[in-house]
Amino acid sequence: MVSLHEEKRVTATASRHTVPAGGSASVLPPAGVSARSGAGGRRARWVKRGELSLLIGPALIVFVAFVIFPVAMAAYYGFFSWSGYGPATDFVGFRNYITILTDPAFHEALGHNAFIVVMSLVLQGPLALGLALLLNRKLRFQSLIRVLIFVPYVISEVVVGLGWSLMLQSDGALNGLLEKIGLGGLATDWLSDPGIAIWTLLVIITWKYVGFAVILFLAGLQGIPEELSEAAAIDGASYWQIQRHIVLPLMGPTLRIWAFLSIIGSLQLFDLVWIIWGQYVASTAGTSTMATYMVANGRNAGSYGYGSAVALVIFLISLTVALLYQRFVLRRDTAGALTGGKN
Amino acid sequence: MAVATLAPAPRRSTALAPRKRTTFAIYFVALVLVGLMLAPVAYIILGGFRSNSEITVDPAGLPVTWQWSNYTDVLTSGVFWGQVGNSAIAAVTTTVLVVGLGLMAAFALSRYTFRGRGAVYALFTAGLMFPMTVAITPLYILVRNLGLMNSLAGVIVPQIAFALPMTIIILVPFLSAIPQEIQEAAAIDGCSRLGFFWRMVLRLSVPGVITVSILAFIGSWNSYMLPLFILNNEAAYTLPLGTQAFASQYAVDTAKVLAFTSLSMIPALIFFSLFERRIVGGLTGAVKG
Repeated sequence: MVSLHEEKRVTATASRHTVPAGGSASVLPPAGVSARSGAGGRRARWVKRGELSLLIGPALIVFVAFVIFPVAMAAYYGFFSWSGYGPATDFVGFRNYITILTDPAFHEALGHNAFIVVMSLVLQGPLALGLALLLNRKLRFQSLIRVLIFVPYVISEVVVGLGWSLMLQSDGALNGLLEKIGLGGLATDWLSDPGIAIWTLLVIITWKYVGFAVILFLAGLQGIPEELSEAAAIDGASYWQIQRHIVLPLMGPTLRIWAFLSIIGSLQLFDLVWIIWGQYVASTAGTSTMATYMVANGRNAGSYGYGSAVALVIFLISLTVALLYQRFVLRRDTAGALTGGKN
Repeated sequence: MAVATLAPAPRRSTALAPRKRTTFAIYFVALVLVGLMLAPVAYIILGGFRSNSEITVDPAGLPVTWQWSNYTDVLTSGVFWGQVGNSAIAAVTTTVLVVGLGLMAAFALSRYTFRGRGAVYALFTAGLMFPMTVAITPLYILVRNLGLMNSLAGVIVPQIAFALPMTIIILVPFLSAIPQEIQEAAAIDGCSRLGFFWRMVLRLSVPGVITVSILAFIGSWNSYMLPLFILNNEAAYTLPLGTQAFASQYAVDTAKVLAFTSLSMIPALIFFSLFERRIVGGLTGAVKG
């Protein structure tokens, strides 16, 4: 506890000095072209502008048209009661938002999302760190072991959802296996018991996404110079001391970026719940999320205005969480890239 | 053990024994973890070789008689290959275009100085906070207004847009790391900035390009929510939608569903295992501060 603050400072400075490539997920490294570009005067400036619009233009147009603009559309349609066809004319003000915020079904979904956010961090973080440390050692069949551990991350949500739901049915493989090994008493209804279903979901999420965390952590571990661990080993530090006092602090930036991506992903969770539980069972089994609520009460109910309003609420919740996280956790890694930027 | 007893110095032999035990423990832990990660996948693949009556009687057993017919039925059906084709077109087009657009934008962001450079980069970074879930309802309306419903283009274009932030964030450090001297030398030899991009940058950024290609390809191959909204016509289904439709259509034929499901995951698995090493290497620049 005492050294926590110090450690973070060491992390920040050490990582800045040790990575030659420069640039974390959101720090923009300095560009190098300025020296030449000013030389040719006005014509050169126009040439440069032309090149820039040629290079950035297409990406920017696609990105703004299909990522930013739809969110703006959601904000607009959220004020209408609209079935999705013809122009939206039935302006209802904030009625959609009042309905959302007073709907117990939405509160439930929000609660499930919050639970998933926290438990994903708690379950996946330590597990992935352990796996990454294990896979970072020199092992025989290292490459094979890595590929096998990433398999769940690579296969699609549909495959995962179908496979697990068949396996977890009350007459499925898991209960069959439990009976075979004499633990038949533990057999239960994994998917529809409201007290258990959310934990089942968490196990599936952990199984599916821990590989992504391991990939990020392995990449982070590769950025730590081996000399540091070697020097510590020469000074008599044990393997665990080295991991705890040298590797872990240097993994700070990677851990914080992973946690950010994990939180955002948990807030937007849709595919697995929709595939395994579907629209109706998700709410009775206690696994509904904000996104399944949105699709069930928006598109599937033919209320595009209401669905848009839910989308905007999810967006605002995610944005608030993201900005708070940026402000209080990622600050030293990202130097304000999302909140204005100094570049 | 043989090594330990043959070692001349006693100091060394005592050091080796615990290390061997640790090694054994590491391999044991690795084995258990690999087993846990693979068990559900093994269940799907092996289940495809069983018959429905076997699955009903003993849900957790191994195939007694290997039923190849489940797999051959799927492999000889035009529906499966049609969906493989749709998924392949969507994934390849998405990957090529997102890498092309991403490289160009990342080149401009990393090798040019201009006003608003930080703002443009921040805009793309902020895209990480806009996963498809939030935009899906209006995106569906937008795609419908553009007349792209039930066409792969209606899936591909939004996928490119949503894959751009991650692509640019991974590529910028790679392009920034190309030494300025190379560019100056190229300029002295009469190479313009765009010429430098074509002749040098494309080749020097290959590791980063491989990483973002794999992420874009797998993301598109596995994509579920967007096709679910855009593709309502079975002929246009990609593999994830097709797999789900197959599973509800043949709900009683569990064995065949499992066979279909195993076959649908093969391409992404092959693609990933070929390039796994490159992914980790390619991300190193992006995740470290």
